[in-house]
Amino acid sequence: MAAALVERIAAVAQRPVRLMEVCGTHTMSLFQHGIRGLLPDTIRLLSGPGCPVCVTPRAEVDAAIALACSDDVTLVTFGDMMGVPGSDTSLAAQRGEGRCIEVVYSPTDALDIARRETGRQVVFFAVGFETTVPSVASTIIDAAEGGVTNFSVLSAHKVIPPALRALLSAGDVRIDGFICPGHVSVIIGSQPYEFIPEQYGVACVITGFEPLDILHSVLLLAEMVSAGDARVEIGYTRVVKPEGNPVAQERMARVFDPTDAEWRGLGWIESSGLAIKDEFEAQDASRRFAPLIAEVKERSAAVSDPPGCICGEVLRGTRGPLDCPHFGRSCTPMAPVGPCMVSSEGTCAAFYRYGGAPDRS
Amino acid sequence: MAGTITLGHGSGGKLSRELIENSFLPRLRSPELARLNDAAAITVSDDNLAVSTDSFVVTPLVFPGSDIGRLAVYGTVNDLAMLTARALCLSAAFIVEEGFAVETLEQIAESMAAASHEVGVPIVAADTKVVERGSADGLFINTTGIGAIQRTPPPSADRAQVGDKIILSGTVADHGIAVLMARNQFPFRADIASDCAPLWRLVETMLSTGAELHALRDPTRGGLATVLNEIAGAANVAITVEEAAVPVAEPVRGACEMLGLDPLYIANEGKLVAVVAPDGADRLVAAMREHERGREARVIGEVTGEHPKGRVTVTTRIGGSRILDLLVGEQLPRIC
Repeated sequence: MAAALVERIAAVAQRPVRLMEVCGTHTMSLFQHGIRGLLPDTIRLLSGPGCPVCVTPRAEVDAAIALACSDDVTLVTFGDMMGVPGSDTSLAAQRGEGRCIEVVYSPTDALDIARRETGRQVVFFAVGFETTVPSVASTIIDAAEGGVTNFSVLSAHKVIPPALRALLSAGDVRIDGFICPGHVSVIIGSQPYEFIPEQYGVACVITGFEPLDILHSVLLLAEMVSAGDARVEIGYTRVVKPEGNPVAQERMARVFDPTDAEWRGLGWIESSGLAIKDEFEAQDASRRFAPLIAEVKERSAAVSDPPGCICGEVLRGTRGPLDCPHFGRSCTPMAPVGPCMVSSEGTCAAFYRYGGAPDRS
Repeated sequence: MAGTITLGHGSGGKLSRELIENSFLPRLRSPELARLNDAAAITVSDDNLAVSTDSFVVTPLVFPGSDIGRLAVYGTVNDLAMLTARALCLSAAFIVEEGFAVETLEQIAESMAAASHEVGVPIVAADTKVVERGSADGLFINTTGIGAIQRTPPPSADRAQVGDKIILSGTVADHGIAVLMARNQFPFRADIASDCAPLWRLVETMLSTGAELHALRDPTRGGLATVLNEIAGAANVAITVEEAAVPVAEPVRGACEMLGLDPLYIANEGKLVAVVAPDGADRLVAAMREHERGREARVIGEVTGEHPKGRVTVTTRIGGSRILDLLVGEQLPRIC
């Protein structure tokens, strides 16, 4: 069936079609199934800022590390953030030095840790797009209602649609269509993407993660682009509804307010981040540890990115991993220079692991 | 080399390899050790003997399908079997943390005795050390085994040749996932048990077919992907694997998907990979399937003359292709 889809795509895409995916899981799926190699040359696949780990600014990583290095703090995080380089160290390196840093699969595990370690401040470093936010919101509500006073969340959450708008407005890379993130869309539905065809004439297909899902979406996008008929389509109809998940949306809105946020590589984007509301200020690590965080961020701002590192451009889709002087040489998963290499969903990590590294004998 | 040992150094992937190559091999200066097979061939009088050692730091100590004791016996017996060595005897060394329950220690000893009896390999030497509370996590066990090699020269990773078929004896990732699930409270339940099992009888059956076995490995820490990379690297060849041919039990596949893990990298404790000259492949698979430990045996790939050498490539379910590289750092700590 895959072969049939590829044939149809080749038939439809007579001229170059530039499609951007903005979800780390899609980046990885494209490689894991070898889809890139199967598609015709007219389909150009770009990787955008779809990896929440990669777009977390260095200053926020430094803040988490500083908290982890505070004597009475246990820093809890998803595994992905462990290897990300901050300005001079990483959470993984600090754990090796004996700091209290724990990896969890779910934010509720972080709250359990707080309930157990009553003598310590437990801070959950919350990184992720809309997919992760509702469960973090629920955890914050549970902490507040359960009177757990030693638990707080350092929110580095971001939301996708404003980033898509920023990419399109910047105009430095031509995009004909977006392969829209499947799980984010389970939460937000299809409506938040409507501005993309309406204001920019770019097609959108909300896509699942199986190889046939992706191929089918590429076909739909190629057809829309060829017909000049840009709109938003749900390809992942198994789980995505146009209205999304109202319960999850309500949960998010109850705990978080949109805030301007810095995206690595894209700069500040209006209303693209999530800050914890006043009602839950007791669970907000950015307020509880405000002086320390401010001091750390000021120091981070004075540190420049490693010379030659083009993570920012990779995240915007203007250049690829193979264009980077560090890629595969001084920047490898074992010794990453930038976050795109160390994140399990980073574009550079995908290229390195699955197919593009130069001279790896 | 970095100044401190990280968990990644124990994963069986690239960092482990670096530690071995930079810190151990140059100091130990042992040619047989440097071949990096699962056991070492030595000659004593007229017999060719194999020696293998392994330490077991799995947590939790007991998990569905097995426990640290049984694992410690089968693990070393299997490593010897990979050199076609019939295990003759084992030693066992215990490092116990102060405060560990004697009853638990005894249960584990019972389990080791039962395993040793089942495979007919006596534990002939042992040692026990106790360390202060906090200096070890419960119990660590090392076993060392000596075996009599049945085929000379024995299989070795560096003997894989272009055209060889690669055979896998059964489903992958059962052990690692069983341990992981026993360790953590996941919001899902699954009926997954470790595949921990002795492999000598299966190897004996394989030897009786007369098929020309070039390499035999058991894919423990680091999984199938690591073993294939080690073979490709040692023999300086390329390997291709059909993803659809690698059997993964449904519940294990589901757990891997939910946890974002790749079954090809997850430890197995009752499986083997055989690299065999092509004319023997079919009869080898047929013979393996007659044996209880090889019911799901099948050809999963082959050794090719492609470039670059040392590379392992996977043909995906939809006909695409991707590189299967060594892991960096640790995916799942302390699963064996």
